[in-house]
Amino acid sequence: MAKLKGYQIFWECLLKEGVDLVFGYPGGAVINIYDELVNYPQIRHVLTRHEQGAVHAADGYARSTGRPGVAIVTSGPGATNTVTGIATAYMDSSPVVVFTGQVPTILIGNDAFQEADIVGITRPCTKHNFLVKSTKDLARTIREAFYIATTGRPGPVLVDIPKDVIVGEAEFEYPEKVHIRGYHPSTRGHPQQIRKAAQLMARAKRPIIYAGGGVIIAGAHQELRQLAELTHTPVTLTLMGLGGFPGDHPLFLGMLGMHGTYVANMAISHCDLIVAIGARFDDRVTGKLDAFATRARDEREGGLGIIHIDVDPTSISKNVKVNVPIVGDAGNILSQMLEFLKEMDVDWEGQHRDWLARLKEWDSQHPLQYTYSEKVIKPQYVIEKLYEVTQGEAVITTEVGQNQMWAALFYRYKRPRQFITSGGLGTMGFGFPAAIGAQLGNPEALVIDIAGDGSFQMNIQELATVAQYDIPVKVLILNNGFLGMVRQWQELFFDRKYSQTDISVQPDFVKVAEAYGIKGYRIEDPKDVEPFLKSLVKMKEAVIVDVVVDREECVFPMVPAGAAVSNMLLDRPATEKNGEELKRLLPLNFPS
Amino acid sequence: MVHEDHGIQRHTIALLVENKPGVMARIAGLFSSKDYNIHSLSVGETMDPSVSRMTIVTSGHPLVLEQIVKQLRRLIDVIKVVDLTATGEKFVDREMVLLKVNAKGEARAEAMRITDIFRGKIVDVSPETFVIEITGDEGKIQAAIELLKPCGIRELVRTGKVAVMRGPKSLKLA
Ligand SMILES: Cc1ncc(C[n+]2csc(CCOP(=O)(O)OP(=O)(O)O)c2C)c(N)n1
Ligand SMILES: [Mg+2]
Repeated sequence: MAKLKGYQIFWECLLKEGVDLVFGYPGGAVINIYDELVNYPQIRHVLTRHEQGAVHAADGYARSTGRPGVAIVTSGPGATNTVTGIATAYMDSSPVVVFTGQVPTILIGNDAFQEADIVGITRPCTKHNFLVKSTKDLARTIREAFYIATTGRPGPVLVDIPKDVIVGEAEFEYPEKVHIRGYHPSTRGHPQQIRKAAQLMARAKRPIIYAGGGVIIAGAHQELRQLAELTHTPVTLTLMGLGGFPGDHPLFLGMLGMHGTYVANMAISHCDLIVAIGARFDDRVTGKLDAFATRARDEREGGLGIIHIDVDPTSISKNVKVNVPIVGDAGNILSQMLEFLKEMDVDWEGQHRDWLARLKEWDSQHPLQYTYSEKVIKPQYVIEKLYEVTQGEAVITTEVGQNQMWAALFYRYKRPRQFITSGGLGTMGFGFPAAIGAQLGNPEALVIDIAGDGSFQMNIQELATVAQYDIPVKVLILNNGFLGMVRQWQELFFDRKYSQTDISVQPDFVKVAEAYGIKGYRIEDPKDVEPFLKSLVKMKEAVIVDVVVDREECVFPMVPAGAAVSNMLLDRPATEKNGEELKRLLPLNFPS
Repeated sequence: MVHEDHGIQRHTIALLVENKPGVMARIAGLFSSKDYNIHSLSVGETMDPSVSRMTIVTSGHPLVLEQIVKQLRRLIDVIKVVDLTATGEKFVDREMVLLKVNAKGEARAEAMRITDIFRGKIVDVSPETFVIEITGDEGKIQAAIELLKPCGIRELVRTGKVAVMRGPKSLKLA
């Protein structure tokens, strides 16, 4: 068997894993790996301008393609700069493998130059992590890292490689099989439970399917659609689930939760059965727990309870007691369930007719809306027009804040992996580097980052990456001169005291783009929005657009954090007195 | 989840884990980051030196205890988790305590008598103090400590509980 150096083993392993794109940033601890890179023309390395950008880009690549994203950084500050990216991937179950250089094993623990205990630091925000102690363990560790990152409930895995392991020598053999005795991701749901779920569905008069990101990860969108269509059951999606069910489908109720649609939140409150698929009853979805889905959960009211399908047992009965838990792969479980359901003699359409009519009524009472203006650009209008102009085909990434919610509500996603957003951690600065990763993973796609002026500045340095590699992403900055979402909370719950949220002192984004050699535009007149977007989607290069929008627009509907879903606000409170009422709805001050 | 005080149960959980550096940190980190209670934790190598056995005593609402077991199972380095209390099976549990107690004057005879009653051992003797070793289940250890308190306990060291199922059933790797 051939003896190879650690840095050769490293790239050989990546080839074996089918990796052809990595994001990274070099430094002393990984310099040998970078030196060796030139011998691997099959692998493209994209040099970001910050390690956080590298991890978000790898994450965007992973979310948009379903393949693992890879980032390589140096020890110490290089490694610590990845932490936000890793935590972001962790919260949204994204398969990212991060390689960090480390000081030589003999120096570990010595406060050596550029030493950081990155394995210790990232223990709580990785699915698993490794410190490789010897060159002979490197290949097996890399194999296990990819296996763990991509199987079961996916997640980020970090591999810390000391310098002496990188330059050391070992026989190279890539293990065919992985055997980790403490890791057996379950895939097939329990047939008995699945039958029970089907029977419950057959009894329900007011059922709802509540699906999340798990459907997309499992690739179970087709089964989900079949389930909904066969049983005439309406579907609501979480933020992470958008695209898992067609946004223009007649059974789709829109997103639920804090900024969910009126009809989706009413449906959850009034249904008699919840079929939760790859979703985790996050506090942003449930609002106040005792007031969540009270009818479904109350037997005396004829509630049939909750069916919960998830690959991760810890997601089940974590926040809400579940009646029929089913652990396993969503696609596999749903197809088994469809088999049972098809055999049943149920008049689904008749059984759900009244319920669907009621939902339609709720939807027409309070559809998603905003007031168009001829004087100032409304951000919702921009997204609505973008949807029309792109015919719903673009891959959209978002930053965090109001921009994110408008992108979730006013664009309708047709297919999975089309909407890429930091849901769990809510990381400002995610969208732009994630768009870079998504674009490189989908060279033909039109990739657009819907940004906020605050968030975009958090990873604005990646403009250089876009320029260097001619990555044709588009960034639409919904520029309100505010940390808009925080301002919205201040408006509604803190007497309009805009403490530290005015960011109108900002660079000229057009000039910034131009300084990097990238095209920049500004639009300020509502009349220009549509014609501009029409020309934008034809542009073949990267474009940064500063869209000057209404400074004080709010995202509605809104369920104040910690309040009951029934306390949903559909618009600004009309009077001061209503504002006072509002503040009482805010029992818990969750972060925005 | 927010729970009221009633309904809190105390459970003994047995684990087989990889005998590798960092595994303790993962488990301790899990308990601290999720705000789970941990009353005692003991760990040692098994017959297979690549595997350690851990016994954790924790408490919480039944739903939280269920989460603790699931969260432990989710750790890659954790091979097997059995909530011994939840299985309903009988198990033997023991803890050892070392107590340094005052042994001057009247206390000397008293400490010896109590040690005897609890079938403990005096493992170190000085003119002023005894070191007493007592092994037993939680109830016995607690009773011994209560009775020795009047003598004056200068130091108290506990190993944490270890537990094993009664009968032929045992915790296996696969
Ligand atoms: C890294 C980070 N810091 C702080 C926050 C808290 N936060 C949430 S939304 C928001 C405002 C975002 O402002 P901007 O990007 O301009 O978006 P807008 O809401 O105005 O659309 C802030 C500060 C966050 N989510 N992430
Ligand atoms: Mg803003």
